[in-house]
Amino acid sequence: MSNGINFAFLDEYAKREIRRSVIKAICIPGYQVPYSSREMPMGRGFGTGGLQLTLALIGANDSLKVIDQGSDDSVNAVNLRKFVEMTCPGIDTTTRLQEATLIQSRHRIPENSLRADQILVLQVPYPDALVIVEPSEDKRKIMHSEADYSRLLVKLYEDIVKFDEITISHRYPTRINGHYIIDPSPIPRYDVPKLHNSNALILFGAGREKKIYAVPPHCSAEPLAFDDVPFRVENFTDSHGERRACKQCGSRESFLDEFIDEQGERVYQCSDSDYCEQQQELARG
Amino acid sequence: MGYVAIKGGGRAIEGAADALELLRTQQGESGQPLDIETIEKQLYFLHSRIISEGGLYHPKLAALAIKQSLGDTLEASFALRAYRSTKPRLLETPEHDTTNMRLVRRISASFKDIPGGQMLGPTTDYALRLLRMELLNESPAQFQNIAKTLFANLPTQTIPDSFPKVLDSLRAEGLLPKVNQAAREQPFDITREPLVFPVSRSAALATMARGETGSLLAIAYSNMRGYGDVHPTVAELRVGYLPIMLPHPITGELTEVGEVLMTECEVVAMYQDNDNKNAIPTFTLGYGACFGHNEVKAISMAILDRALQKGMKDGAENPSEDPEFVLLHVDGIDSMGFASHYKMPHYVTFQSDMDRLRTTQQKQEASHE
Repeated sequence: MSNGINFAFLDEYAKREIRRSVIKAICIPGYQVPYSSREMPMGRGFGTGGLQLTLALIGANDSLKVIDQGSDDSVNAVNLRKFVEMTCPGIDTTTRLQEATLIQSRHRIPENSLRADQILVLQVPYPDALVIVEPSEDKRKIMHSEADYSRLLVKLYEDIVKFDEITISHRYPTRINGHYIIDPSPIPRYDVPKLHNSNALILFGAGREKKIYAVPPHCSAEPLAFDDVPFRVENFTDSHGERRACKQCGSRESFLDEFIDEQGERVYQCSDSDYCEQQQELARG
Repeated sequence: MGYVAIKGGGRAIEGAADALELLRTQQGESGQPLDIETIEKQLYFLHSRIISEGGLYHPKLAALAIKQSLGDTLEASFALRAYRSTKPRLLETPEHDTTNMRLVRRISASFKDIPGGQMLGPTTDYALRLLRMELLNESPAQFQNIAKTLFANLPTQTIPDSFPKVLDSLRAEGLLPKVNQAAREQPFDITREPLVFPVSRSAALATMARGETGSLLAIAYSNMRGYGDVHPTVAELRVGYLPIMLPHPITGELTEVGEVLMTECEVVAMYQDNDNKNAIPTFTLGYGACFGHNEVKAISMAILDRALQKGMKDGAENPSEDPEFVLLHVDGIDSMGFASHYKMPHYVTFQSDMDRLRTTQQKQEASHE
């Protein structure tokens, strides 16, 4: 390229290392594969892990969708998409889930289910669910290898004793394929069931913490819970016990963003903007 | 050209970039753009810091990084580091002996007289920090005359290019352990391999060599003040140009390809009881080295190297002795990125947080009724 930047920015050795790490991650579902993680020209914490996965996987026939907080138009999503467009000439980008072959997302899994020919890349700030009970990475590695998650269960138990509720709101610890417990990235609890038995490959990239892990297609993903205290997703029912609807498309099934409008009224709207638009298109016929 | 999805959000980013560019050029018609060589030469210590924290010895691009980031050290190092990501590793240098450094400064705090003598060189150590008001309106003529005057009065006797190392004389006296050739490890390339703990000393040194100066200083200072007990003596601090040797592509013979400005610090610390009861006790050693002229950084690194060696051997008693604590928190690119990311939208996770809090509040209220 004229400005001296490689296709997909990274040098070929870096991409190869990432692809090898991805293969290992798929072979050992939920295991955090360490990789060297290059610095990207955007902030650590802005999705550099997800971006490195996207850049290592993307090719000429791919169509990329980038979302942040469910929206394709969020500033960070725009920024990431522009960077991929700039460094990967010949690829397509899209906002429609159905047209995408590769989806990079922060904090959400799309409302509509994914297909087997799609890959979802999630950006990860904290790759290790055990970090809330053990700060040392060295010790956590041993705990994972022994599947010793007792302290996480104690944390959940203590929550119930103190608050009569499990207080973990997002990044909900989830057991993959019956062994490793992952931090599924800061997706809401609402999205956690979508990890289970997914049609698409789901990859997790933590750039700053230098880890890659995967939930392969048709793999089990069980949120940590007790027999008598089941896992619960966010509650969107109003005081009359009725499920709130999106003010734009009227959906009563989607994850909602809550905000105060200009009149000072509290309103709810779909977090997934592509889903919301498609619902409105359907309604218009 | 592929199909490109564009919507309104991108306009805000472009506008922000314009506003930042305006900040850089706000002097308008009365301003002159900063010249790259001026940045390298007149912002010498800033430039040194960027070369070191960026982890890439490219003086010209380091100056460019300073210019485009308006002098923000974290941002400038970041730009240099990101540029480095696009470059493959083509060769490995052999070990370099810093005895060959072409010195501009070397001092020792352990001995009054050292072989070759103390050489103060350019330093602010004994400068009075009084503001030099005359520089407020320094004229180009005054500025240009200084070097000429100084060079005119230069003594004719020449100074040798290189000096013997203070540590070698300490070793000769048996005050330091001999270099253990058997324990030499393969150098660890932190740009190509992730840190998986426990890590080698080589990996620790490489991580600190491009660490953020303030972060290294803060953790080293905690050790100096009492959260640790290295009690170092600076055996030698040297600043100078190290010739870089690479194998000739055809003959394989080591050939000088250039030189890098670097700072090296070796600290000697008190002896400790040895596992081997028959061995004679000796002083222990801490090592720091980085690109550019960064003395505080090299000293901090040397103290932390000593503290980490102790922690790796006996277990960490203080944060500065814990390899994970030190090595995972001194990188400026990582830490500033993560601190900045909190400015991004967190609507979804905050929605989840509110859900948990409201549910807990309702339960508590119900139980009080």
